[in-house]
Amino acid sequence: MGLSALLFAIGVFGVLVRRNVIVIFMAIEIMLNAVNLAFVAIARHRGSMDGQVIVFFVMTVAAAEAAVGLAIIIAMFRNRETTNADELSSLRW
Amino acid sequence: MSPVGFFVLAALAVASALGVVLNRNPVHGACALVAHLFLLAVFFVGLDAQLVGVLQVIVYAGAVVVLFLFVIMLLNLQADQRSMVSPPLVFAAAACVGALAVLISGGLREPEAAAGTALPQGYGETEELARLLFTRYALPFELTSLLLLVAIVGAVVLARKRG
Amino acid sequence: MELAIVAVKAVFILLLVLQVMGLGVFFERKVSALIQDRIGANRASILGFAGLGMINTLVADPVKFLLKEDVVPAGADRVLHFLAPCLAVIPLLVTFAVVPFGDVLVLGERVINLQAAALNAGLLYILAMASLGVYGVIIAGWASNNRWSLLGGVRGSAQMISYEIAMGLALVGTVLTWQTLDLQAIARAQGELLWGWLPAWGILYQPLGFVIFAVAGIAESKRIPFDLPESESELVSGYFTEYSGSKHLMFMMADFVEVVLVAVLVTTLFFGGWQLPWLARDGFHFPWGGSLLLPSVVVALLQVTSFAVKLIFFTWLQIVVRWTLPRFRYDQLMKLGWKGLLPLALVNVVLTALAILLWGEHVA
Repeated sequence: MGLSALLFAIGVFGVLVRRNVIVIFMAIEIMLNAVNLAFVAIARHRGSMDGQVIVFFVMTVAAAEAAVGLAIIIAMFRNRETTNADELSSLRW
Repeated sequence: MSPVGFFVLAALAVASALGVVLNRNPVHGACALVAHLFLLAVFFVGLDAQLVGVLQVIVYAGAVVVLFLFVIMLLNLQADQRSMVSPPLVFAAAACVGALAVLISGGLREPEAAAGTALPQGYGETEELARLLFTRYALPFELTSLLLLVAIVGAVVLARKRG
Repeated sequence: MELAIVAVKAVFILLLVLQVMGLGVFFERKVSALIQDRIGANRASILGFAGLGMINTLVADPVKFLLKEDVVPAGADRVLHFLAPCLAVIPLLVTFAVVPFGDVLVLGERVINLQAAALNAGLLYILAMASLGVYGVIIAGWASNNRWSLLGGVRGSAQMISYEIAMGLALVGTVLTWQTLDLQAIARAQGELLWGWLPAWGILYQPLGFVIFAVAGIAESKRIPFDLPESESELVSGYFTEYSGSKHLMFMMADFVEVVLVAVLVTTLFFGGWQLPWLARDGFHFPWGGSLLLPSVVVALLQVTSFAVKLIFFTWLQIVVRWTLPRFRYDQLMKLGWKGLLPLALVNVVLTALAILLWGEHVA
């Protein structure tokens, strides 16, 4: 459980600190996987399979989200030629 | 899982996660991500969740990271020179994240009394998961298929070239 | 003791695969020569002795590869360049752990299941390892700092992931028929007799599944007619152009090991695996009433031999296909994968489900 928290924290750190949007995405995947680990561990602790079903759904949703997110990145790159999160800021005030 | 095995695997998982987050070259980061996902799959199998572990390898390590690698190669990303935000911000982020980790692990502690329950027969096997998926969780299952359809259409539309 | 038995089984199946792979190279040379109406490579000689002909070549070839200089192109990523061949070969070799090569071996009181790792999700494990094989291709293409290699690598991995889907869906029909994911259980279930005399091999239940799986398997291993990523006349060597010496040997090995893998899977899922018709654990039981009782070791030996013979037959078949058909163009290849095999595999699943619903009593 501590391991899951640690991995989640590493993922958050990655999202906050890196500039390259693709690496930010990979850090999001690490967070999602840390949560999956927590679910599986708790499910085994209680002897119930519900945790694994939830993990199944999380995996599916994460895969869909990765696909759409990467498509967005490709579209943005075509427009602005950069993957630096600091420069993709046209919606900022 | 034996304690020694757990600690070795845990150390490797943390190392590969740090490798993803701290690496300058995105391709190296993606390789570290594959290693991390594979190690987590080993964890899942060790926690008696065999089907979920194998699915993790097929879906995550086998498809999602390949997608990442495709995009990295398509956009021809090289190693960044200034890959992280300025050092004071890094320090602040590390401090906040450390506090977050402590809070989460405090909140996730399970009562020790439930540690000894025996696992039901067929735990973690495909049949049990399938039974739950098609009876209790049938509605989320159908909704997830709709979500996947929307994601596929969305990804194709977004990545299409203009004209 | 348990560990020792598992280790022996693992070493046995690994050696079997490597021997068939060596045989595969021999077949490749000889069968291609026969098809092209020539003799083949028989010029190598060991210390002046050229009598063994092609076998000399088979020994000389790996030695040549191993002794060559290992060239890493300038500007290439050394770590990834080194890693790519490993990533190509290791997942494929590991897949053989769940393949059953016999029924059981009874030694005294110990009943040994002749399968190195009895996972209950064995078929999914094979799909998982096959999807890890994509990394070897894509990283090899990237790490070579060569735009033709990159092109070959990206095309190759796109092809591999497309046909992985068709392969997986073709297997869904098989899983519906046998209602288990464990390969040993599937092989055992094919020993039952239909109408008293016909062994219930998978091809009788899933002919369409067999065709789809065989085509997708050949496409997955990037052999002709699907070998555009490696196209020997267009991209030099495609994604492994920049590899020399033992790394090149690793890629060649990955190619042949995948041929053996597809042959093994086709055998186990559709042709009875180690089953010999009418051979049960204690001997032959012929449908016309006679029976021949044999000790367990002889039965196990017969089963392993039948497995090896079927395996070699399907390896030979893939080699013949390679030297007979021309290459697909890339868009034809993708069209076949997505617009041809995928809908066909879905139709197969629906038909299998309908058949089970209507005639469910006859199925295992």
